[in-house]
Amino acid sequence: MIERQEKDRISRQEALSLLRKADLLGLGMWADIIRKALHPEEICTFVVDRNINYTNVCINKCTFCAFWRDAEDADAYLLDRETIFRKIEETIALGGTQILIQGGLHPSLDIFYYVDLLRSVKERFDINVHGFSPPEVCYIADTSDLTIRETLSILKAAGLDSIPGGGAEILSDRVREVLSPKKIKSSRWLEVMEAAHRLGMRTTATMMFGSIETPEDIITHLEAIRQLQDRTGGFTAFIPWTFQPGNTELQARGKGQGAKTFKVQTPATAVEYLRVLALSRIYLDNIENIQASWVTQGLKMAQVALRFGANDFGSTMIEENVVASTGVSYCVTKDDIIGSIRSAGFVPVQRDTHYNLLRFF
Amino acid sequence: MITSIREKVLAGKRISEEDALHLFESDDIFSLGSLASHVAHRKNGKKAFYVRNRHINPTNICVNRCKFCAFSRSKGQEGAFELTIEDIIDKLGRGKREEGKGKDSRKAARPENRQADLGFTEVHIVGGLHPDWPFEHYLEMLSSIKKTFPKLHIKAFTAVEIDYFSKISGRSLEDTLGALKKSGLGSMPGGGAEIFSEGVRNRLCPEKISGDRWLKVMETAHRAGIRTNATMLYGHVEDLSDRVDHLSRLRSLQDRTKGFQAFIPLAYHPKNTEIAGTYTSGIDDLKTVAVSRIFLDNFDHIKAYWIMLGEKISQLALLFGADDIDGTIIEEKITHSAGGLTGEKLTAEQLVNLILKAGKVAVERDSFYKTVRMYR
Repeated sequence: MIERQEKDRISRQEALSLLRKADLLGLGMWADIIRKALHPEEICTFVVDRNINYTNVCINKCTFCAFWRDAEDADAYLLDRETIFRKIEETIALGGTQILIQGGLHPSLDIFYYVDLLRSVKERFDINVHGFSPPEVCYIADTSDLTIRETLSILKAAGLDSIPGGGAEILSDRVREVLSPKKIKSSRWLEVMEAAHRLGMRTTATMMFGSIETPEDIITHLEAIRQLQDRTGGFTAFIPWTFQPGNTELQARGKGQGAKTFKVQTPATAVEYLRVLALSRIYLDNIENIQASWVTQGLKMAQVALRFGANDFGSTMIEENVVASTGVSYCVTKDDIIGSIRSAGFVPVQRDTHYNLLRFF
Repeated sequence: MITSIREKVLAGKRISEEDALHLFESDDIFSLGSLASHVAHRKNGKKAFYVRNRHINPTNICVNRCKFCAFSRSKGQEGAFELTIEDIIDKLGRGKREEGKGKDSRKAARPENRQADLGFTEVHIVGGLHPDWPFEHYLEMLSSIKKTFPKLHIKAFTAVEIDYFSKISGRSLEDTLGALKKSGLGSMPGGGAEIFSEGVRNRLCPEKISGDRWLKVMETAHRAGIRTNATMLYGHVEDLSDRVDHLSRLRSLQDRTKGFQAFIPLAYHPKNTEIAGTYTSGIDDLKTVAVSRIFLDNFDHIKAYWIMLGEKISQLALLFGADDIDGTIIEEKITHSAGGLTGEKLTAEQLVNLILKAGKVAVERDSFYKTVRMYR
């Protein structure tokens, strides 16, 4: 844990002014100094894992998402056990230590499905199950008439190891009302994370920006994460990434009726990505790791991100479906990731979910 | 960052080759970027340029088979292509026809409106060294384009092609360039420079003209009043001192002729080439832009060619000393043959957005960096 230093902390006001006005190189240099102080070993970590999206059926239908389907849609799916097991076997064969199980909010699945799924995976495989972002946890709780804490305890007992930080989007209800009116509100997202941390589960936190939020919304998000981390220390990493407009309702509605509400100026550019990344490193003084998002930015930008505050390359993503459904897909292998980290001037190190170092390359 | 280099640059003094090597070796990308930005600002203020242009490759059939190239084919080989002059005119006119749909076609047909109609002000033409086409074919290509689109600027033929034209026509370089200019050549791109260092060049492209010959062609073009660009292909088998040597030879020639408009560092792409290897790192790309800006004190412009660097790194390069991101392109074959990671075109609107979001003033330029329009 990083010591909390109230005096040295930058305030919301300061952060807002940095986000709006600071010179990008100055901001980057500052973030780079902080990154070096926290991670002086000049290594960059990554995890070998696979995203398993067990279903694309989702009742939330967020406007920024191109992945969801209705249950009746021709390309709606729910993976069967055998397919999931085979995907896990392949992951282990490739040196993987983690699977990220995430999916839509499927109306006909209840907690028994999840418990059964987790048990059957854990019976067969020695692998970290990183799964079910807060919207899924809340949906399972609601459909099974359980509290969040009860739901998480049950899932944990069945084999859930840690929770991904997805579904945070922007933790500002004003923005959520437009982007994802059916998705859980900010307070519930935070409630799930707090409950998970209290149960001893580590989680990550994400932020999707570059849609319709204002700079104030970004600071509100960072502040919410920082406050919760002060209370629990349960976040392992923060992962900012940019909205990808392809094939989404948000993009379509930004052009037609209601264009004013839905207007996405233009997708966040490289300069805006690095600005938010660097500010995250500076603001989140109590979170150890900041991930670069090669999935949305490409490898070259992820390399640059390592000098703008990031110290982790995230996952090798043997499989990724959600971002790919927006038409953004960088074809990247584990070797590409290792090579990219090295040519950016860092030693590539494979880690596990909890950032224990496993293998130096 | 080494203080003495910084002081030199801030005082407007030239840095040495040794200094440039130190800069390449430094990992202080922030000081490097800020120093390069300082130089860029001195030259061009807050301006960052783009051009509405279109690329045309008349053929990929080439008698040279450079090992870093995935574009070239031999005659008769699968994938080899040749465009006729009519094909080229047709491609160029396509934007005009599409634009003309549903609009006042009579107005569009007036000669004075032809250029605005095309959607671009410059055509960039480079191609393989075709074994059979006579020199006259190239002259006719230029004059036919000029006849159909009188206001379109033609930027065409690398030094490698010019040298080849001189060989196949038996003319001197002066005569070759003179005839091309008379037929409509407006300026020349900077390709084919690769890396001048003889050792590296022999490994990469033994059949291609030497670095000295490349420089000789450019010198002759400049003396004939033809402005050109200059490039450097980096990130393959060269080392940092080869890069500095390359930049230094360009700087010396520019001292003599002042004929180069922009320097364009080109990041090597490894796919489908004989030497393979890896993509350059984003950090190396930004450093190379910055060191070029600082070292080439007699070049007005440094171009971050987005096709080769990607839109994202090109945009960042504007904060590392570049003042130009090239243009709309529309169709790109050479980089895309080798695993180009970008699309083939960007709209003017997208280019303006990238520039404005980098905090610069977006300037649409003509082929000689005159302002066409400006966005703040």
